Amino acid sequence: MNRKTRLAVLLFAVVLLGTVGTAAVLRAADRSAVRDQQQADGPTVRTGDVTLRPSTARQLLVRNLAWGPHRDEIATVPAGHPDGPRTASGVKCLRFHAAAGTGICLQAERGALADTYRAVVLDAHLRVRHRFPAPGIPTRSRVSPSGHLVAWTVFVSGDSYAGTAFSTRTAIADTRTWALDDNLEEYAVTKDGRPYHASDINIWGVTFADDTRFYATLATGGRTYLVRGDRTARTLTTLHENVECPSLAPDGTRIAYKKRVPGASRDAPWRLYVLNLATMKETATAEHRNIDDQALWSGDDTLVYALPGDYGSDLWTVPADGSGTARRMMTSAVAPAYAG
Amino acid sequence: MYLADSRNSTTRTTAAPGSTRPGRRPAVPGTVLALGAVSLITDVSAEMITAVLPLYVVTALGLSPLGFGLLDGINNGVGALVRLAGGHLADGGGRRHKVVAGIGYGLSAVCKPLLLLAHGLPAISSVLAADRAGKGLRTAPRDAMISLATRPEHRGRAFGVHRAMDTAGALLGPLTAFAVLRVAVDGYDAVFTVSACVAALGVLVLVLFVPARLDTGQPASGPAPARPALRDSLALLRRPGLRRLTLCATLLGLTTVSDAFLYLLLQRELGVPADLFPLLPLGTAAVFLLLAVPLGALADRIGRRRLFLAGHTVLLLAYGLVLSPLRGPVTVGAVLVLHGAFYAATDGVLAAATAGVVPTEHLGAGQALVGTGQALARFVCSLAFGAAWSLWDGRDALAVAAVALAAAALCTARLLRTGDPSGADRDPGGADHDDRRTTEGAPR
Repeated sequence: MNRKTRLAVLLFAVVLLGTVGTAAVLRAADRSAVRDQQQADGPTVRTGDVTLRPSTARQLLVRNLAWGPHRDEIATVPAGHPDGPRTASGVKCLRFHAAAGTGICLQAERGALADTYRAVVLDAHLRVRHRFPAPGIPTRSRVSPSGHLVAWTVFVSGDSYAGTAFSTRTAIADTRTWALDDNLEEYAVTKDGRPYHASDINIWGVTFADDTRFYATLATGGRTYLVRGDRTARTLTTLHENVECPSLAPDGTRIAYKKRVPGASRDAPWRLYVLNLATMKETATAEHRNIDDQALWSGDDTLVYALPGDYGSDLWTVPADGSGTARRMMTSAVAPAYAG
Repeated sequence: MYLADSRNSTTRTTAAPGSTRPGRRPAVPGTVLALGAVSLITDVSAEMITAVLPLYVVTALGLSPLGFGLLDGINNGVGALVRLAGGHLADGGGRRHKVVAGIGYGLSAVCKPLLLLAHGLPAISSVLAADRAGKGLRTAPRDAMISLATRPEHRGRAFGVHRAMDTAGALLGPLTAFAVLRVAVDGYDAVFTVSACVAALGVLVLVLFVPARLDTGQPASGPAPARPALRDSLALLRRPGLRRLTLCATLLGLTTVSDAFLYLLLQRELGVPADLFPLLPLGTAAVFLLLAVPLGALADRIGRRRLFLAGHTVLLLAYGLVLSPLRGPVTVGAVLVLHGAFYAATDGVLAAATAGVVPTEHLGAGQALVGTGQALARFVCSLAFGAAWSLWDGRDALAVAAVALAAAALCTARLLRTGDPSGADRDPGGADHDDRRTTEGAPR
């Protein structure tokens, strides 16, 4: 092949591959445009006032995933009618949680080079009270029962040069003083009764008991542990092994969590369990599918969690005591929180 | 072996300045530019994926990606073995550098569209492992081809040009990926498709513009040299020059703290805001990009091993700066400049130095040996540094690493000097001839 032929072949390939690439991008762009149009069989979504302290009945807040102009906005439905029309707030969040009139919203911010992320504390009318920069992709968020503390977890991947090694970063902020513990890995860890140091510690999924005590996941050496944290003493103490994404029941006696079960496919290792903190007895729920979410207690008996669905994810419920069966509560929603 | 070596020395004489073929082999030959273009294009494709993969896994698939970290270590070990195999295979018979490199680039290219089909973590991890195997396979033959295509006295600059192009690709990749996501929100499939197209283009440039048979002074029509046996590849370590270089690269590698740890220390010790953390590696890469060519050229003039050693001294300065009481953005910037300069003074320069102490028919295996030695040493250093960090803390661990690096650098300086009794550590000159004599005297 002489130089001319080679250049011709290259040119042809550039045009061909360029066409394929452009077509793929345009198709994806079209698809994302379609997502901005109301889907025919989807739930009704309209704008309205969304507050974290409803005057009437109890409300369920979610990140709305239904296609249409309000996709990704925090929306509310009456807790008793989760299938009903949704009221969208205009506030977009990737992750969200709320309690006692305080909301925590993890957002992406479009940057010139790449997206950056931030944790935004919202007041009862979803107005911004404070912004914290977040060093990675948001994954979990929680507000303490009093509304005074907020916690969030992000995945930090450094950047492309860090290869495929991920780690988590969990922060807790006080909404009264804006004091920030931006990395819980700096807390003193006691594992199996002894001080423990390791550079591979990862912490994620805070769930608050009150304004001092909380629970979270600690991972080290390829294992995961349930830890009890003390924000004042700045300590973390392991309580139990093989616990991820804990969620404390409103009565403070039990923790719902993801357990890596032996024999399950490596692709889908997690099942939803409930741990009794007094007896350390584990109970499997009737949800037998793989769960990769921090469950939410709807009262003292029922768990709410997300599973992949046709439009991102759907919310499901299952009794916390191992009885009954899993039921779909609402479609096209994620990151639930109860208000009122 | 003798035949190739003696012919090679003839080439060297004829190709020397004032040769009868002026202009036939410029300082940076077309083949090196072509290989640089292949690396640039391939890195755009690869870094597009690595930049969006965490986003894809967390926001599109809704998975928690912690499982990836565990597989990383295994992949590193396998990658090192694959690199040795790639180097050895590439040296086979009628010079299969291009074929083996092509298979490596091709394997990685095929992995990109496979990501469209992989949805669980194990499937994605398998695709990434195959992608890395492709990278391991192609690295040594590619460096061998750069060495073969370049006049020995210009190899430092040639490798500098290659590394600069490679790094440019690494910087462009994430920008391309985020541009696609800007046009198509959640368009991860589009990112994978574009990445696959770019990777295919890289393979095509290799096929079209990199000659299959590089001018190594061997008559094209002559009998093909005997295929080197695996034994011969390993026996390379009996060559004093290569053994010393591998030893030095390994020794220094054992005290080279991995990038991730260094950035983490910068963030904790020098107070880099969390949201700027992802920019730290970009700083290093940008300095590497700017300095790779000038430092490569400098290596050609003052000696590659000397610059390789100087590069590690620069790294030692960076450690010192992190340990010093100095704080603030200027210090962070200075550490990144030193870190980037360290890469520019060592990465391509080591490959160029290696080429000077390996016979042409074993270039692939030689590059793989030195590269693998260094990579495994750095991996061991990572494990040790992690353990030290747990036992004491990051600062103390770095202080220990700095002392170890200083000791390793002193040893290396001694080793490399004894390797070169004439005192001139110019690879193309004394040391090279020295080495050849030793081999000719050695039993086969």
